[in-house]
Amino acid sequence: MTTTATSDVISLRGITKAFPGVVANDDVSLDIVPGQVHCLLGENGAGKSTLISILAGMQQPDSGTVSIGGTVVDISSPKVAVDNGIGVVHQHSTLVPAFTVLENLMLGDGGVLLDEKRATRRLEELAGLLGVEIDPHALASDLGLGQQQQVEIAKAMWKGSRLLVLDEPTSMLTPQAIEHLAESIARVKAEGLAVVLITHKLREAYAMGDCVTILRAGRNVGHISTEELATYSEQQAQDAILAAMFGEDIVAVGDEATELAGATEASRETAAIDFASRPVRLELRGASSRGAGRDVDVEDVSLTLREGEILGIAGIDGHGQNALSELVAGQRPASTGTLVFDGDDITRSGVRGRQRLGIRYVTDDRLHEGTVGSMSVAVNLVIKRIGEQPFWRSGRIQPKAVDAEAKRLIDEYGIRTPSPATRAGTLSGGNIQKILLARELTNGARLVVVNKPTYGLDLKTVHLVREILTDFAAQGGSVLLLSTDLDELIELSHRIQVISRGRLVGSVVNDGPGTAEKVGQYMTGAIEGTD
Amino acid sequence: MKTETSSALVQGFVRSVVPVLLALIVSGLIMLAMGASPLDFFAGVWRYGITGSNWQRSLALMSPLLIVAIGIIVAFRGQLWNLGYNGQYLLGAVVASGLGPILYAVMPAFLATIIVFVVAVLAGAVWSLIPAILKARYGTNEIITSLVMSFIAIGVVNLLIKGVFKDPGVTTPQTTVIPEDQLLPYIPGTEIHIGFLIAIALAIVAQIVLSRTSFGLRIDIFGASPKAARHVGLNSTWMVVLLFAISSGLIAFAGSVDILGQFTYQRADWDPRYGDAVMPLVFLARFRPVAAIPFVAFYAVLATGGTLAAQQAGLNVDFLFVIVGLILLFMTITEYIGNRRALGQSYVPAGLRRTVLQPFTRTSERTSA
Ligand SMILES: Nc1ncnc2c1ncn2[C@@H]1O[C@H](COP(=O)(O)OP(=O)(O)OP(=O)(O)O)[C@@H](O)[C@H]1O
Ligand SMILES: [Mg+2]
Repeated sequence: MTTTATSDVISLRGITKAFPGVVANDDVSLDIVPGQVHCLLGENGAGKSTLISILAGMQQPDSGTVSIGGTVVDISSPKVAVDNGIGVVHQHSTLVPAFTVLENLMLGDGGVLLDEKRATRRLEELAGLLGVEIDPHALASDLGLGQQQQVEIAKAMWKGSRLLVLDEPTSMLTPQAIEHLAESIARVKAEGLAVVLITHKLREAYAMGDCVTILRAGRNVGHISTEELATYSEQQAQDAILAAMFGEDIVAVGDEATELAGATEASRETAAIDFASRPVRLELRGASSRGAGRDVDVEDVSLTLREGEILGIAGIDGHGQNALSELVAGQRPASTGTLVFDGDDITRSGVRGRQRLGIRYVTDDRLHEGTVGSMSVAVNLVIKRIGEQPFWRSGRIQPKAVDAEAKRLIDEYGIRTPSPATRAGTLSGGNIQKILLARELTNGARLVVVNKPTYGLDLKTVHLVREILTDFAAQGGSVLLLSTDLDELIELSHRIQVISRGRLVGSVVNDGPGTAEKVGQYMTGAIEGTD
Repeated sequence: MKTETSSALVQGFVRSVVPVLLALIVSGLIMLAMGASPLDFFAGVWRYGITGSNWQRSLALMSPLLIVAIGIIVAFRGQLWNLGYNGQYLLGAVVASGLGPILYAVMPAFLATIIVFVVAVLAGAVWSLIPAILKARYGTNEIITSLVMSFIAIGVVNLLIKGVFKDPGVTTPQTTVIPEDQLLPYIPGTEIHIGFLIAIALAIVAQIVLSRTSFGLRIDIFGASPKAARHVGLNSTWMVVLLFAISSGLIAFAGSVDILGQFTYQRADWDPRYGDAVMPLVFLARFRPVAAIPFVAFYAVLATGGTLAAQQAGLNVDFLFVIVGLILLFMTITEYIGNRRALGQSYVPAGLRRTVLQPFTRTSERTSA
């Protein structure tokens, strides 16, 4: 169980993998060198995760080879990958929530008797290497996202690794957690391991990466070597990456690109509104939620949201954002307080009633809550209108009407799918998010709650999603925007409130520079005040 | 699009039929090993299950089997594992065999039959409330609770037959025999009671409801992801209670049909365990009621002919359950291999495939892309 760092280069040659209707990887070749961080960039659906799952032995390429130090290896199963020292942290968590950290780590261990002592020692070793502290007996479900990720990394390196692959590790992390991760990656690299890092944030690629490969529509369309990247300024690197990533499309993204890449400081993009003249759309008066799970509930929340307003809710993930969204959407009952929508008390009405009033909810759990992956894109697009005309008539589904509506939304929102009948679960993250937005914003939406709307999305889709939200507000819709991304909040919101431990602890009007500092003060103040 | 669905059909067919064939072959080998002749056995199944008027007995057996299958499907579609089918079936049966004679004595047969059916369905539904509510409220594992409730039901049924429902005219604990003219009528020209038609009609209705209506879609969403169901605005407590009640009510209904159509009375400690036999079949039918019809028919022939055939071939009647078990086993294996394929892995070891098959796959992929 020692780290098997070697100087063997891992070479992918001509990897091709097709799924029905898409070629996910098309003749991709690249070299992964030990002691370097190799960044893999590309739009949603470019084929990054597919390439990784081939390295991890979860998928077999249709053609092409993987070789380690010149010898071709057939990675025919995840076990072969592990035996060859390839450890992968997947895009979506693979920890068993009900198990402790140690149990999760020992899942892959063979043998009848689990050697707990040795496992604890190995965990200590890895924690030391990563520069983190991990409680071996904590339940996985009790860990924050940053900690879960540390455990995932430890799990990937459990059997000693030559290559550590991280698939979008930063998309759900707070800035501090991202810094920790960067430190851990640097340490792993210093040990002589190769690292592959997938990210949508160019800043991160530049800061952490030694070389960069860009995928577009399954093809390797650009590589910036270690030497080149070292001589580039951040701006040059960004330009080169963006040009490769979007090709001619770059014109369409235009100036926004640099801004999206996070180069400039964020400022509000939405048009100002005159609060006094706008009628109140949603009002929460001293509302508390009552959830069934362990999730943080909100307590005594009061807020007002006006017509055409985007109200941002800032806060560290897991401080009651889910409770607040579900409370407004009707998925979680209020234990105290009242909710008023367009002047009517809606405290007692359920999800479907509020849905019909025009209250919509774009959840942050796109894969398991927002969509049913095993069902078609078309069904997912009308899933909140089950039983309603014209998609159902006297209880019977009308496939033609459903299909027509699906085609309309697919066109309008540019959802990339082989057909309306494709299973939603096979679409890329960005396109799944477009399904949610299309479904929620159509058919008389008046208020939309959006929770972390852009995590894991590529630059272009992030831009598109934000545009959809500002357009919706410009036409008189109200948006309750919960996000952990401060830049996003500042760019979109008219006002920003800060949530901490289930309570709203401060409010800032976003009308000029300095908003970030103020929000930051509320966030840190709130944290210091309670701990 | 066309080719996609037809290839899916072919795949579904292969995945359903291959396990059955493999099970039959292996059970033949086991018979050989036991010194019995598989040819005799299968010839016997054919002779006693199909030839002459035996096919009519097989079809009559189909009716309880198929209704039980539909009941199981309704729950399983919603990922509710109702394994209490044996108790639920017997509850429905005892309503018919116990309450039936009392009602037939005081009212026209037609009316009495309707009442028996309604009470049987209600008895099954009510019996399922406990596992359903425990599941909905506290997340208790319904496999265990429904099994426990099934054992209790079996006990209660036996007590009833030995007690209030016992026919005082005979010494063995059994219910009063219901006279011929009050039983379910035969389909004209045959000796198949109309329970068979009821079962087929139920399968078709269930198929339409499950695959074409909003209610069916709700069940599927609920089954696929309770979280998504909540998001869509489904009331999960209501859903669990309702699905359990329908499932259990249907299975109890099968019991009452079986008594009124076939058995005419019920003995204590009698338990045909139809659910055990049918359960693997509903998986083979991928939880589609109409697709369950051929599987149930196959099993009905096997069971009808198999009882005599097994005796002739020198086998125990329980050998039928060995065949069912083998079907289950091969089904799991086929499924496992199929899933690996769906995930992009093939039966063929990767190295072999790459050298042998690559020239072909390459060209085909290029054209399809
Ligand atoms: N199991 C599958 N079945 C069918 N299509 C698939 C499957 N897995 C991936 N795809 C398709 O392959 C393409 C590449 O997907 P992949 O997940 O590799 O993209 P990605 O670059 O990781 O995107 P993201 O940034 O959204 O994670 C997409 O069009 C996706 O819809
Ligand atoms: Mg991905």
